[in-house]
Amino acid sequence: MTTAGAHDGALEHLKREGRIVIVGASLAGLRAAETMREKGFAGSLTLIGDEPHEPYDRPPLSKQVLLGNAVADHTTLPRRRAIDADWRLGVPATGLDMAARRVRLGNGDEVEYDRLLIATGVRARPWPNAEEASLDGVFVLRTRDDAVGLQRALTDSPRRVVVIGAGFTGSEIASACRERGLNVTVAERGSAPLVGALGGVIGEVAAEMHREHEVDLRTGVMVTALEGDPSGRVRAAHLSDGATVEADVVVVSLGAQRNTEWLAGSGLGAGPRGIACDAGCRAFDVRGIVTDDIYVAGDVARSPHALFGYQFLSLEHWGNAVAQADTAAHNMLSVSADRRPHLWVPAFWSSQFGVNIKSVGVPPMGTEIMITQGSPAERRFAAVYGYQGRVIAAVTFDNCRWLPFYEHQIESTAPFPPPFSTVDRRPEGNKPVPADFPDPSVPTHGPTITLSGYSPADRKMTFTPGR
Amino acid sequence: MRLVVDLNRCQGYAQCAFLAPDVFAMHGDESLLYNPEAPPEQREDVLRAVAACPVQAILLELTDEDMANMPAADAAGSSAPSGGPR
Ligand SMILES: Cc1cc2nc3c(=O)[nH]c(=O)nc-3n(C[C@H](O)[C@H](O)[C@H](O)COP(=O)(O)OP(=O)(O)OC[C@H]3O[C@@H](n4cnc5c(N)ncnc54)[C@H](O)[C@@H]3O)c2cc1C
Ligand code: SF4
Repeated sequence: MTTAGAHDGALEHLKREGRIVIVGASLAGLRAAETMREKGFAGSLTLIGDEPHEPYDRPPLSKQVLLGNAVADHTTLPRRRAIDADWRLGVPATGLDMAARRVRLGNGDEVEYDRLLIATGVRARPWPNAEEASLDGVFVLRTRDDAVGLQRALTDSPRRVVVIGAGFTGSEIASACRERGLNVTVAERGSAPLVGALGGVIGEVAAEMHREHEVDLRTGVMVTALEGDPSGRVRAAHLSDGATVEADVVVVSLGAQRNTEWLAGSGLGAGPRGIACDAGCRAFDVRGIVTDDIYVAGDVARSPHALFGYQFLSLEHWGNAVAQADTAAHNMLSVSADRRPHLWVPAFWSSQFGVNIKSVGVPPMGTEIMITQGSPAERRFAAVYGYQGRVIAAVTFDNCRWLPFYEHQIESTAPFPPPFSTVDRRPEGNKPVPADFPDPSVPTHGPTITLSGYSPADRKMTFTPGR
Repeated sequence: MRLVVDLNRCQGYAQCAFLAPDVFAMHGDESLLYNPEAPPEQREDVLRAVAACPVQAILLELTDEDMANMPAADAAGSSAPSGGPR
């Protein structure tokens, strides 16, 4: 028998009666499970999730649900097919034994695997002061249960809501509050909403949108403390500029933390930045050696991307979770020659103040920006981001039909500034301006794309060999 | 009936909002809002919306309740992205 034949035999065996375990029973976990069954995996499939719910969809939680157009408990994800899985819901994975190929659970059980997929995502970064965070009326928004609580609090007609952090989620929450006629104050450490994700030029447009909708937007300030009343209900937020804002509801929207603590000491290359993997979704161990039986997908993964200088990207994007899960599932059931790279062009949408915001590519890599169509003043435009003379990303406000065009420009490394002239380009769009991203060493709450690691083109690294 | 719209793919053509207005609605010029769990009475409208979406962005899963009383030809002919019964 040839080596290839032996490999095929092992693979056939895996497909027929192997054991696949997925940790993280949400979007990426579910879509991966479906793909595995579609590819004919007939062995045992176990899905482990610490939430008690079947996989559900998160984007509606800060949109439809807060607007009152959908019920949080009705966001269960539709299935593409039956997956015939052993569901372990409401119990966290607490450890991984790579040598014995075993996942430990919070209830003491152990589950053995031949192939493991890790899709544990991220969680909301909590308010740093635990006592203040536990006051009644203080929320984060990541899970269905969070949304149920927040939606209920908004229905009780609070006199004022304070949103801490003006990333996408914070901005969507502020927008929903205004649509419900609630008074809302947004406190943002950066110079404008969305600056971490889209830069200062677009951030200024977002700031105007907030103000037009009578959001009390405070930028360049931090919330220093939350104050409760004697009964333990939140009543005010104190700001770094000395101001005090009275509020009955406070939503902490400071971005996310990756769910990797359960892998501490396991030997897998997992940490606060996520789990590093190769382009084929195979996880690295702490020594930088790629594993062959452990894969990662979704918000928790960080993987190198050829289009973006092979930098490691962590994406908190719905579409990425779906695409990466699909690739991971395919590769888990393939011999090496048949594996595919995960080379998804990052894409994201948001909906706030009735405006559809979409982006493709990696805006935070952009150093310059140019409005190529429409006009920010009308809240209908397209803008492209440039990096070293090429188009690296694009964003549209109510102009999404142009996005596939710009996506193609990114994929074909088209020149920046774009040489073409569009029918509706305005005078202000004739020249590129600095994209105005905050200093990357200063953390922002919600960039949704994190570049972690240096581009090989930058010579910033010093290697100090261990002794 | 469970559904999810891939809003990266959605181009705001509003076909769905026109065909199943109780489930899909435009919010502003091109943002789409939808009810992720539509009642069985909406089945016909939603199936039409799924079929009419020019970019096939709507993923639908019909539950047993939705399938009850469904004419056989219809059930077999429903468009590709729908999930079918479990
Ligand atoms: C309010 C909100 C709005 C959003 N809006 C948009 C949007 O408009 N556009 C967009 O592109 N994206 C949006 N997103 C992001 C999108 O929802 C995520 O990218 C997507 O959910 C990622 O899926 P995932 O499966 O990788 O991770 P997650 O959905 O985070 O799922 C991970 C699961 O693993 C579980 N888990 C964690 N640790 C363990 C453990 N040790 N054991 C067992 N289980 C564990 C978690 O509880 C969770 O259920 C939004 C997210 C939120 C919260
Ligand atoms: S028909 Fe399709 S593209 Fe049009 S709004 Fe509905 S989901 Fe979006």
